[in-house]
Amino acid sequence: MAAPRIIVIGGGLAGLAAVIKIAEAGGTVDLFSIVPVKRSHSVCAQGGINAAKDLKGEGDSTDKHFDDTIYGGDFLANQTPVKAMCEAAPGIIDLLDRMGVPFNRTPEGLLDFRRFGGTLYQRTAFAGATTGQQLLYALDEQVRRHESEGKVRKFEGWEFLSAVIDSKGVARGITALDLRTMELRSFAADAIILATGGNGALFGKSTNSVVCTGSADSAIFQQGAYYANGEFIQVHPTCIPGEDKLRLMSESARGEGGRVWVPRTAGEKRPIKQIPESDRWYFLEEWYPKYGNLVPRDVATRAIHKVVYEYGLGIDGQPMVYLDLTHIDRATLNRKLEGILEIYEKFVGDDPRDVPMKIFPGMHYTMGGLWVDFNQMTNIPGIFAAGECEYQYHGANRLGANSLVSCIFGGFISGPNALKYAKNIAAQEGDGGHAAEIARQAEINAKLLKNEGTENPFKLWRELGQTMTEHVTVIRYNKGLKQADEKVVELLDRYKKVNLSDRSQWANTSFAFARQLKNMLELSRTVALGALLRDESRGAHYKPDFPDRDDEKFLKTTKASFTGSPEGPRFEYEEVDTQFIKPRPRSYTAAK
Amino acid sequence: MATKTVSLEIKRQASPDAPSVWERFELPWRPGMNVISVMMEIAANPVTADGVDTTPITYDSNCLEEICGSCAMRINGKARMACSALVDNLEQPIKVEPLSKFPLVRDLQVDRSVLFENLKAVKAWVPIDGTYDLGSGPRVFPQQQEINYPLSNCISCCCCMEVCPQFDDATGFVGAATIAQVKLFNDHPTGKVLKEERLRALAGDGGIQECGFAQNCVQVCPKGIPLTNAISDISRDVLVQKAKDFLRG
Repeated sequence: MAAPRIIVIGGGLAGLAAVIKIAEAGGTVDLFSIVPVKRSHSVCAQGGINAAKDLKGEGDSTDKHFDDTIYGGDFLANQTPVKAMCEAAPGIIDLLDRMGVPFNRTPEGLLDFRRFGGTLYQRTAFAGATTGQQLLYALDEQVRRHESEGKVRKFEGWEFLSAVIDSKGVARGITALDLRTMELRSFAADAIILATGGNGALFGKSTNSVVCTGSADSAIFQQGAYYANGEFIQVHPTCIPGEDKLRLMSESARGEGGRVWVPRTAGEKRPIKQIPESDRWYFLEEWYPKYGNLVPRDVATRAIHKVVYEYGLGIDGQPMVYLDLTHIDRATLNRKLEGILEIYEKFVGDDPRDVPMKIFPGMHYTMGGLWVDFNQMTNIPGIFAAGECEYQYHGANRLGANSLVSCIFGGFISGPNALKYAKNIAAQEGDGGHAAEIARQAEINAKLLKNEGTENPFKLWRELGQTMTEHVTVIRYNKGLKQADEKVVELLDRYKKVNLSDRSQWANTSFAFARQLKNMLELSRTVALGALLRDESRGAHYKPDFPDRDDEKFLKTTKASFTGSPEGPRFEYEEVDTQFIKPRPRSYTAAK
Repeated sequence: MATKTVSLEIKRQASPDAPSVWERFELPWRPGMNVISVMMEIAANPVTADGVDTTPITYDSNCLEEICGSCAMRINGKARMACSALVDNLEQPIKVEPLSKFPLVRDLQVDRSVLFENLKAVKAWVPIDGTYDLGSGPRVFPQQQEINYPLSNCISCCCCMEVCPQFDDATGFVGAATIAQVKLFNDHPTGKVLKEERLRALAGDGGIQECGFAQNCVQVCPKGIPLTNAISDISRDVLVQKAKDFLRG
């Protein structure tokens, strides 16, 4: 039998981690990515990566990391894979260190750690304020080494369109589009790993990168894969509002002592520095004395929302609050946070070392994603998923600095499992479905290119983003969720009249975007309807009409499957694995 | 009251072989606009200032936070990242062109894969034994980390190569970004095992000797990487390596 061929789609941390494991085990990989892999969205992660190495003598342990993660995720995550991740984390940090990641150091030359949200321990290793960039580069370098040894072929500038699935429902390859020549091709594989990241673009503006559309997830979902916990979207409490996107202000700003406040009186006219301490309301510190500014993200987000919309105390009447670092000396700030402070300076024009930053919550992370088993395989045999595009590690809310570790861990699990699977599959019959899938995709492409109508895809996308942000983020009402779904259905209908202003066959970005948009719309229904059906509040999912967690009904994984009917996806629920930690109420007003 | 507007001139080219043309755009101004948000606006309403229908502009972009290195282009003649080019800080009409030293794909999109090939040629990686658990990494003191970290911030935008007078087909010069990576990996406790190979890769034609020390690179670098220091250090190391290799015969 010929050596197994594995395709990895996506070159962020999860994808590259999978590639490295496969190459190391002697397999060969074709790596597909829309952008050169070094430009993947993982570079945006700022604050750090969690691992309970207990180098600060606090008595931290992987068990405590495990408990914090499960508790932070409001008990929705299956515990077996989370436990394994937390146990693997210290080894992953060591490995990254050996790869040359320039982590910050203690005077003795050891790894330095900082505190992040949702924990009382200094558990977060970091490389300045650009940890994601540094981690991605380390893996990118290792993959480049394997590439130069002929074990990896890169297809950068190719966009995944669909899986090729044979008559028995087994994956046999993919179809992809060359974004330059617009060539459509199919590629054979014995196993496929999707590592295509989150779906921030469903919400229009988010902290995500341009490529984070969820399009690949959605394509697989429409081909029969379950999509799990789609309603769980993390809104990051501290973002810098912008015209083109929301830029993240890392949690590390609070980890290093940043304080969130508003003036106690609406319409405060004094310059910031003349507002005395007594007239500043540090509402997180007041409401959550134990965790203070470092409550988990969902808690901080709702608190800011409340202060702005219920108390009417947003700065200058705008939806913004202060995130203040000005009490910390410049040298410390520069050493520990320079990267993120530069972002603020560059994109806003003020120096956050002198002036408190103005921030507001924004869509940040996709907790839900493709359903996978503990081997990271979806319900379609041969299709694996790792990283933000799958649902497994964060439950109802992700803790800060757990994303990088979950991406690398997921990649490390999926790679060897895909290889093992590929070595044992039966030979395909006939062409494995390649010709039929190519024909299906060619038809979609031809139709889109010559479609006559009046709808601009970029405008449709804006409308999608507005409705999803309004109804499906911080605070959710069933009425609004229904409206959101109706709007998406309307947009799907209007999509039929989409008109490309560019019909050329060379580097046509409108064409590629219009294809993504269709997938975004289908996935948006899953998110909105999943939220509608979940009548409780859990982690990031908050309904004022159902303010409590309801374990009896909803301590369950949501599994959506595509039907193609106007009613939208079908939903079913699966028991959560809670064998290690018994669910208990989640509260951050005191130490747990 | 007249509404405030933003005016731009964008150099368009439909394909590598097509002629280039300038198109003018006029859009309503909004606070906080950058060049990317202007191009997003054009995509949603692709009409020139003269009212002629056109196509959305093809350009590379991804993170929009100046950390992925995608959106490098020439804005008012300067090589820079479009995401951090705030409209309010730019003279209008804002002139937007593709980088000039890389093969053009379409409009503002160019092919910068040469940098990734260069990184392969100099083995810009730490050759670890494997990804299985081998215990903790080498001890690195904060002083060394503070030297390494800025070098490791290179976003591969290629602005340093665009502005380098020596970077062209004739010299085949690798450019500053690659040289800085050589310094980064040669200084790493494990990475330095490949030091000699990296220096030899920079010793021949297109290597470090091509540098004319114009210092444009260090001025244009959006991440403020000490490129000229890296070039000086590596220049010296390459000379020493050449001498050693000569004496060894």
